[in-house]
Amino acid sequence: MTVSKDTIKRYSIRLGDDAVVLGHRLSEWCSSGPFLEEDLALTNVALDFIGRARMFYGYAAELADDGSTEDTYAYTRDNREFTNLLIHELKNGDFAFTMARQYFIDVYSLAYMEALQNSSDETLAAVADKAVKESRYHLRRSHDWMLRLGDGTEESRSRMQRAVDDLWGYTPEMFEMDALEQELADAGIGVDAAALRDDWEQTVHATLVEATLEVPEGDWAVNGGRQGMHTEALGHMLSDMQFVQRAYPGLQW
Amino acid sequence: MSEHMKLYEVFIRSRRGLDHKHVGSLHAEDPQQALEYARDIYTRRSEGVSIWVVNSSDITASQEGDCESFYDPHDDKPYRHATHYQLPEAVNNM
Repeated sequence: MTVSKDTIKRYSIRLGDDAVVLGHRLSEWCSSGPFLEEDLALTNVALDFIGRARMFYGYAAELADDGSTEDTYAYTRDNREFTNLLIHELKNGDFAFTMARQYFIDVYSLAYMEALQNSSDETLAAVADKAVKESRYHLRRSHDWMLRLGDGTEESRSRMQRAVDDLWGYTPEMFEMDALEQELADAGIGVDAAALRDDWEQTVHATLVEATLEVPEGDWAVNGGRQGMHTEALGHMLSDMQFVQRAYPGLQW
Repeated sequence: MSEHMKLYEVFIRSRRGLDHKHVGSLHAEDPQQALEYARDIYTRRSEGVSIWVVNSSDITASQEGDCESFYDPHDDKPYRHATHYQLPEAVNNM
């Protein structure tokens, strides 16, 4: 079974969208981190994700072969054309919310990229090789913060519990497969995200328990990101992220 | 937050075979976190292959006022320097 270039391109854009949106969100912490050391560490993570987005977008542009560049995808597409999973675009909230989201994504992302290392597509596999190393470090940090804040003071624990509760319904979307991703998974190019769910749940549950946090009921779930149906947060974020290219199209610097 | 956190001194070995060198300090809750922040703050441009972090309060340092008793007594002992000794011609490059 051969998969069309266009299908791989769209897949690469999805993964690029996840990375650029989270990278931008994290970059919003720059100069506002809780203290200098964490500010630097967090923006380092932001840069890792922006770098990851560049690799996925760059590959998509190469496959598209229509004059598109990584910037075309990041800066000239509108809200509805972004196909990131919703969890990436949510507002940063407080530091607990940012770190809880980061932890959920890091556990997912590490497993996802480890699986993508086995892709029969050499470029995707190479991007995954680099991403795995970064994600291992990201996870080490975010896991640490789950324990510190969860099993911390009364204030930090209540903030972390609220963050976990508010994020929980955005996590099932990470494991949904649509026709495009199923086709790629069957062809040995893409990752079967649904297969990652059990391990993710086990790992996350164990951490929540260790952090003295309660595992949410799981009685709500939202989705739509992969189809371009977003929360209101994304449009506002893009208006900020894309402002310069919108005001001065094609500007180089 | 940082007023509750401890200060750590950071030492980095830039290449195998070289010594760890003091590069600066940072605040962290515990040694493990200090190590991670040291990675993010001091090795962004591949500066190192190994990091040590040491609680700053664990370092005992000599004081300015110690100079007289610590170092001055060496001033009149030139024979402690190799250059004090005249080498025989035969030794040549030592």
